[in-house]
Amino acid sequence: MALPKYTEPHYRIWHYIYLTICGAVFFFLIAPLFVIFPLSFNAEEFLSFSDGMKRLDPDAFSLRWYKDMIYGTKNPWGLAAKNSFIIAIFATIGSVILGTVAALGLSSRHMPYKGLIMAVLISPMIVPLIISGVAIFFFMAKAGLAATHTGIVLAHIILGTPFVVITVTATLSGFDHSVTRAAASLGSDPVNTFMKITLPLILPGVISGGLFAFVTSFDEVVVVLFLAGLENTTIPIQMWTGLREQLSPTILAVATCLIILSTLILVTAELLRRRSERLRGINR
Amino acid sequence: MSSETKQILTTDGIPLEVSLKKAERKNKIKAFLLVAPLLLFLIITYVFPIGDMLFRSVDDKMVTQMLPKTFKAMENWDGQELPEEEVFAAFHEDFIKLVEDKREGKLSTQLNYTKNGFKSIIKKLRRKSKSFEEGNYKEQIMSVHKRWADVEYWRAIKRRAPEFTSQKYLKGMDMYVNEEGKIVSVEEDRRIHRVLWLRTLEIAFFVTVFCFLMAYPIAHLLATLPMKYSNLLMICVLLPFWTSLLVRTASWMILLQQQGIVNDFFVGIGLVADDNRPEMMYNKTGSYVAMTQILLPFMVLPLYSVMKTISPSLMRAGKSLGGTPFVAFWKVYFPLTIPGIGAGCLLVFILAIGYYITPALVGGASGTLISNQIAFHMKSTLDWSFASAMGLMLLSGVLVIYWLYNKLVGIDNIKLG
Repeated sequence: MALPKYTEPHYRIWHYIYLTICGAVFFFLIAPLFVIFPLSFNAEEFLSFSDGMKRLDPDAFSLRWYKDMIYGTKNPWGLAAKNSFIIAIFATIGSVILGTVAALGLSSRHMPYKGLIMAVLISPMIVPLIISGVAIFFFMAKAGLAATHTGIVLAHIILGTPFVVITVTATLSGFDHSVTRAAASLGSDPVNTFMKITLPLILPGVISGGLFAFVTSFDEVVVVLFLAGLENTTIPIQMWTGLREQLSPTILAVATCLIILSTLILVTAELLRRRSERLRGINR
Repeated sequence: MSSETKQILTTDGIPLEVSLKKAERKNKIKAFLLVAPLLLFLIITYVFPIGDMLFRSVDDKMVTQMLPKTFKAMENWDGQELPEEEVFAAFHEDFIKLVEDKREGKLSTQLNYTKNGFKSIIKKLRRKSKSFEEGNYKEQIMSVHKRWADVEYWRAIKRRAPEFTSQKYLKGMDMYVNEEGKIVSVEEDRRIHRVLWLRTLEIAFFVTVFCFLMAYPIAHLLATLPMKYSNLLMICVLLPFWTSLLVRTASWMILLQQQGIVNDFFVGIGLVADDNRPEMMYNKTGSYVAMTQILLPFMVLPLYSVMKTISPSLMRAGKSLGGTPFVAFWKVYFPLTIPGIGAGCLLVFILAIGYYITPALVGGASGTLISNQIAFHMKSTLDWSFASAMGLMLLSGVLVIYWLYNKLVGIDNIKLG
């Protein structure tokens, strides 16, 4: 951001101080993530940079911890990754279906008690996770679903739907309802209209809500801690146990993989957001 | 005049008004049916269980069910002097039944919560009761231990007669009902929960302040830079936002450990001696630093979305009317960002007040919050009713804040990404 030529010197100084502060904050935000990356290639068992690494000696780096993550004996990561993906995928499907359908109803101008119902639907997002965890645990224990995949999937649907409801409602707010009326007037039934007209138009919102639901489930640990048995261990549970007991570099290898995954999700979400803005721009 | 106008009819002869109302109702039902599956699902799996927590937190049937006859006999007792023989006889009857079921231990634990000293005298009563003779139970029970002849202990039993209790809520605030039935605080050095509540508020408050101070300048920069630069910088905000909470906590554990990079840096610039590295983790510092970084994106995003809508020409107008850049900022720009500040601060505060994972990992004993205490009672002591009571106390606090949020900003203004 260039300053105009006529800026007085002491404002100029202020401006550079401001830029420095911004730089420091950005550094504070992003730098911690980049510490994990090189350390996961450490040849030694320490969680700090060895002298060899500081000299960039190739022998100080290795893929040892990645091998341990994949092939290590008694390694829980394989099972945890499988469980995490299964749970997250089913939870996402459930959240997207329930959330999208509900958002369609909520966006209708005929919807009675809109404010109250909206408050109930997004409450799992506002209530602190620990309280949700206790409540959901009581329900699952009574229903006999504690320590089952089904129980955890249901729990994650509860936590994931608010994101879908919010993103899809936001997309629908710019939605031109005359196109569905046009479809109806041309003889299309409501289901067909939804599949052929509405869904393609609101798809960016649905997908980005789904991404939120996926990440929520994939990253969720508080509720799973109450619900999971040994069989249902997930990646966050394993990381939690590992971080509490002993910080091994294998965790950093897993963390690096997770950062790569989140980068992919970020890129997808960002592309979708732009597409959605473009689509809504056309409607205006 | 309207009554004189001819009623408008639709083609099938039904008045338009009626037909319109019918269509409206049909639309209402249609919209509601779409919302119904999710609403029902959430009510069954989420809203009712929270109600269940409320029920558990005040439920005190255990003792009521263990001493049914005693409490019935006690109904007419005024609690002034020792109860009559019939109360003692009823108590004896209940007690023998409990001993048969091997449940007298539970009774002693429960009564000990109400008044210290029940454990030993119940043990003694169990031993002696085997050789009790029929009749005159008052004399016999009183001869077991002098506390059984103390009216205080009988009053303590009577206090457990109601099926519901506020005891768990009082315990959550380090208070209890004393012998006279008054609500008093526990001794100064045993007030652990108040310390935790205050610490939770303190950490949540300062994390919010730190987040605000850091987020404001960068949100402003992001909102004023040309698109191609701001999109690049936005990644610095969004990547942590999308990254697993545990990964971010792990990176802080690496950075803040005693042999970690932050300490290495401090030693390197000569701020601290190598043999005197400060403890930056497993205490409040750890909680502050990690929580601030983790919650920062939640402050930046609402601020950014508000600042994006403020036209730069407003600042120029302020300056051209004779204000210095600082005056223009303070009088023109800052007031316009207040909705964003409100949204960001309340969002961060609500999230911080219920934080569990990060304080548990980097907070140590002095940096843990009320959530950690709730989890402790859920998993270790198994005092679920107490965990429920504390959870609901926290929840009511959050709901008050949320209500404020709704008043000031409106729920519809929540924006994601």
